Amino acid sequence: MHEVANFINLDTANIVYLFLVGFVGGLVSGFIGSGGAFVLTPAMMSLGVPGLVAVASNMCHKFPKALIGALKRAKYGQVDVKLGIVLGISAEAGVLYGAHIQENIKKAFGEAGSNLYVSVAFVVILAVVGGLVLKDALKTYRSGNTSEEEKVTKLARWVQSINIPGTMVYFKSLNAKISVLFTIPLGFATGMLAATIAVGGFIGVPSMIYVMGAPSLMASATELVIAFVMGLGGSFKYALHGLVDIRLSLIILAGSLFGIQLGAIGTTYVKPFVIKLVMGVIMVIVLFSRGLMVPVYLSQLGLIQTLSENTVNLLKNTSFIIMALALILGASIVLGAMWKGRREEKLLQTEGAIEHGKI
Amino acid sequence: MADKKSSIKKKPYGKLVIFGAVVITLYAVLLMHQGLVNDYFVRGGLYAFLPIAAAFLISYVHGHFTGYFWTMLGIEAKKKEVK
Repeated sequence: MHEVANFINLDTANIVYLFLVGFVGGLVSGFIGSGGAFVLTPAMMSLGVPGLVAVASNMCHKFPKALIGALKRAKYGQVDVKLGIVLGISAEAGVLYGAHIQENIKKAFGEAGSNLYVSVAFVVILAVVGGLVLKDALKTYRSGNTSEEEKVTKLARWVQSINIPGTMVYFKSLNAKISVLFTIPLGFATGMLAATIAVGGFIGVPSMIYVMGAPSLMASATELVIAFVMGLGGSFKYALHGLVDIRLSLIILAGSLFGIQLGAIGTTYVKPFVIKLVMGVIMVIVLFSRGLMVPVYLSQLGLIQTLSENTVNLLKNTSFIIMALALILGASIVLGAMWKGRREEKLLQTEGAIEHGKI
Repeated sequence: MADKKSSIKKKPYGKLVIFGAVVITLYAVLLMHQGLVNDYFVRGGLYAFLPIAAAFLISYVHGHFTGYFWTMLGIEAKKKEVK
């Protein structure tokens, strides 16, 4: 049952590096519900951690981080626990199935085939969903009605109108009953994506917003519950095989808990479209990052002409840098929006105090 | 003035120090006994509960610590709930 894993030596530089990456990842996750984890697996692998140990250790830091983020955002009334658990259970099934598909692809086409599958999944899903989310955020921004309440999409209104007896459940984030038969495939897809690219939220959050009709703030907060349910099950599965390097998980967790608290606080200062903006920007930039790797894997599979070692290294390094930049840009938007929100609040408080004659 | 005093009193100095001390102790133990920790934590089977329990323990202690840390810096949620 137990597999022997080679664990790296941790020096101070490695610890600081993981702590900082954890902080930035946590900040983004606290804000948009997920999205901070995708850079952690490659970040750990860049230190020499074996791929499977990196995935396992990433997952083992994700569920306690999501738990703290969900608890924090529940205090602000943003979490729909019931929806999170319902989606989380089907997402868990999706994770197991996604991992099974990955194993089969790896057996049939080897490491390069598996990597190509992951990269193509990244590119296709992020192009479609990321493009949609970013377009929606920019449309709201350009309309000038950023303070207006979000409109429920036509699709969500249709989903909410379908009555399938015996399957209807009320969810407070939707303020409506929907059939769990709709939640099952959406949760399953979230889990499958999590097993493939480590960020299920890129399906989970847009599904809750556009297919079910949840507000962005509640969708991103509820995603943390899904991430907790998925992460707990996944971590236990990896731990059974002795693949979790708890030192890596806990060091990343040390940074990410600072970040997730800050990201969660940040959501109380921003308008809902900023959540979509951060998510859309990250998704679209990461899409280019992964797109760069497609020729590398196609070349390794012999489907295109062989690339030189220098070209491969250049593409790999550029891809990693773009991915890190996506996360840093997302974190900067979060911090910028939060700083602006705090400044506006202080101005309002000062004006209020002047009006009431306190100053 | 009274408001200012009460907001200063609310700052959780004591809790921050206590949780901070526990966090530092736990991380010191982890880093000073890496070999021993990894030896037990990767045995699989029933030992799989060890990493899960450690993650929960750190999330509880460090989660409180980081919460108090931002409160101490005056970074708190906006008073009015945003929906």
